[in-house]
Amino acid sequence: MKVEAMMKTEVISIRKNVSIEEAKKLMESHRIRHLPIVDEQKNLVGIVSDRDLVLDRIPNQKSPSDIEVQSVMVKEVITCHPYDFVEELLSIFYEERIGCIPVVKDNEIVGMITERDMLYTLIQLTGAHQPSSQFEVKVENVSGRLADVTAVIRNHNVNINSVLVYPGETDVTKVLVLRVQTMNPIPIINHLKSEGYNVLWPDTSGEFV
Amino acid sequence: MTKPIFVFSDQLLSYKFSNHHPFNPLRFQMAYELLKETGILSDDQIVKPRKATDEEILLVHNKDYLNAIKKAGLGQLPESLRSSFGLDTDDTPIFKDMHEASSWLVGATLTATEQVFEGKTKKALSLGGGLHHGFRGRASGFCIYNDSSIAIEYMKQKYNARVLYIDTDAHHGDGVQWAFYDDPDVCTFSIHETGRYLFPGTGNVSEKGAGKGYGYSFNLPVDAFTEDDSWIPILEEAIDEIVKFFKPDIIISQNGVDAHYWDPLTHLSLTMKSYRKIPELVNRAADRYTEGRWIAVGGGGYDIWRVVPRAWSMIWAEMNGIELQGTLPEAWLTKWQEKAPVDLPSSWDDGADLYPSIPRKQEICDKNHVMLQRTLQHIRNEKKSV
Ligand SMILES: [Zn+2]
Repeated sequence: MKVEAMMKTEVISIRKNVSIEEAKKLMESHRIRHLPIVDEQKNLVGIVSDRDLVLDRIPNQKSPSDIEVQSVMVKEVITCHPYDFVEELLSIFYEERIGCIPVVKDNEIVGMITERDMLYTLIQLTGAHQPSSQFEVKVENVSGRLADVTAVIRNHNVNINSVLVYPGETDVTKVLVLRVQTMNPIPIINHLKSEGYNVLWPDTSGEFV
Repeated sequence: MTKPIFVFSDQLLSYKFSNHHPFNPLRFQMAYELLKETGILSDDQIVKPRKATDEEILLVHNKDYLNAIKKAGLGQLPESLRSSFGLDTDDTPIFKDMHEASSWLVGATLTATEQVFEGKTKKALSLGGGLHHGFRGRASGFCIYNDSSIAIEYMKQKYNARVLYIDTDAHHGDGVQWAFYDDPDVCTFSIHETGRYLFPGTGNVSEKGAGKGYGYSFNLPVDAFTEDDSWIPILEEAIDEIVKFFKPDIIISQNGVDAHYWDPLTHLSLTMKSYRKIPELVNRAADRYTEGRWIAVGGGGYDIWRVVPRAWSMIWAEMNGIELQGTLPEAWLTKWQEKAPVDLPSSWDDGADLYPSIPRKQEICDKNHVMLQRTLQHIRNEKKSV
């Protein structure tokens, strides 16, 4: 998926001479935690987060209405492009420990992506936002296993909402996590078991097998 | 004192996908006959349902969907359009006259609603209803039209009522929750097996409503293998606090009975002990907070032989202040044992040896209790700050 597909395009931005007090009010009224700072040409010059505006981080005794955001803003901003892949952004969020990435095209800010947007995308990737049941199949780490498992599901005329592949505890196995669009996955599970698959699904004995 | 009413007619048994589909209307007939044989359902308490009109169905569903269901039931819905309405799947296959069959179920729950609001009774039971997975424009999880959502919208518009919906089915009551997610005049509460594995996957404790309706959706997901001893106390606490907080005009309860240990589709470990207690807790809440007004509908339940007839009878008994004890009527057992593929239990209660003990019992209990705290957190905090 491209960044373009999930970014927020209504960007609230400010100028660098706006006071901290005003910036804070803006964040509160729009319920956001980051404000990009732009110049006359809409070029991005910095960013502030709600944490940058906490009073005890701000020098001397000036009141928040007298301090301009340019004195506390982060100037070296990590940005991305609308055509970047969402998967790449995930590792940037993780490695840089940031909460928000502005999307910039031709020097102009065109969108924002927050950690929360990323989480929602992940929820969509897992398929958990659509009515479905989930089970897991532990398979050998050889090619063709996913196709074998989905072929069984196809026989039951059931739609697959998502497939995730987790690495197993060792290199020898993998775990396929499937969300299927049915309230009754038991015929599929029994079918897979009868073909010798190791299906992880709550068992009536009170343990997960 | 008015007497509770029971909505029933043979038309309600026509909602049937196929002979091997888990959702089987035979369970409703079995429950009806069990009550008759027990002698606690008199003819003057039975009310025949009316069929819901298109206009009523459109209170919740959209027009394209209604037309698609009508066409599907006549065998006229093109194959390419079926999947976008959730049809033609193993869960909700097309069956003949499915629009009519579904409209009867909606009509049954509306009949119960009218009986209560027109003062004919305080308590009404519509076991044909409870199809809580039905979405605005999509069939899901064995459900076509969402009778409870339609009845709630009807109560709101026609009687200006504040409605509390309590859902004790093993699955999350997603259709009803999403229909009123941003509505502060309808409060939904669903206790269910966690969606980690089980359909529909939603019903997380963090789903609390949106916009003006924030704080009016409650979800209590419990662990797989939860037993009576954990389910009953957390349900009791949740109902007490939610009804006190919301102060509804009426309670509508969905009584899916698929959280029983014997149910083949879920992983909870309840017994008849819980199915005695659930209607008792709801009835008590209604008597204290809604002048007794309570509509109960059915729902899931896929051990149709051993669980559903007994569990649903408990709701009717509770409404009428009767306690069912001892053994089931001989005539009923004889008739249905002949047809059943399993041994029917002969008493109202389950034995203590129904299943082997659950190894993680204490851990499950503790986790459920923590979950309860998170479910009620926002109303508990509010109370403190007042
Ligand atoms: Zn259910």
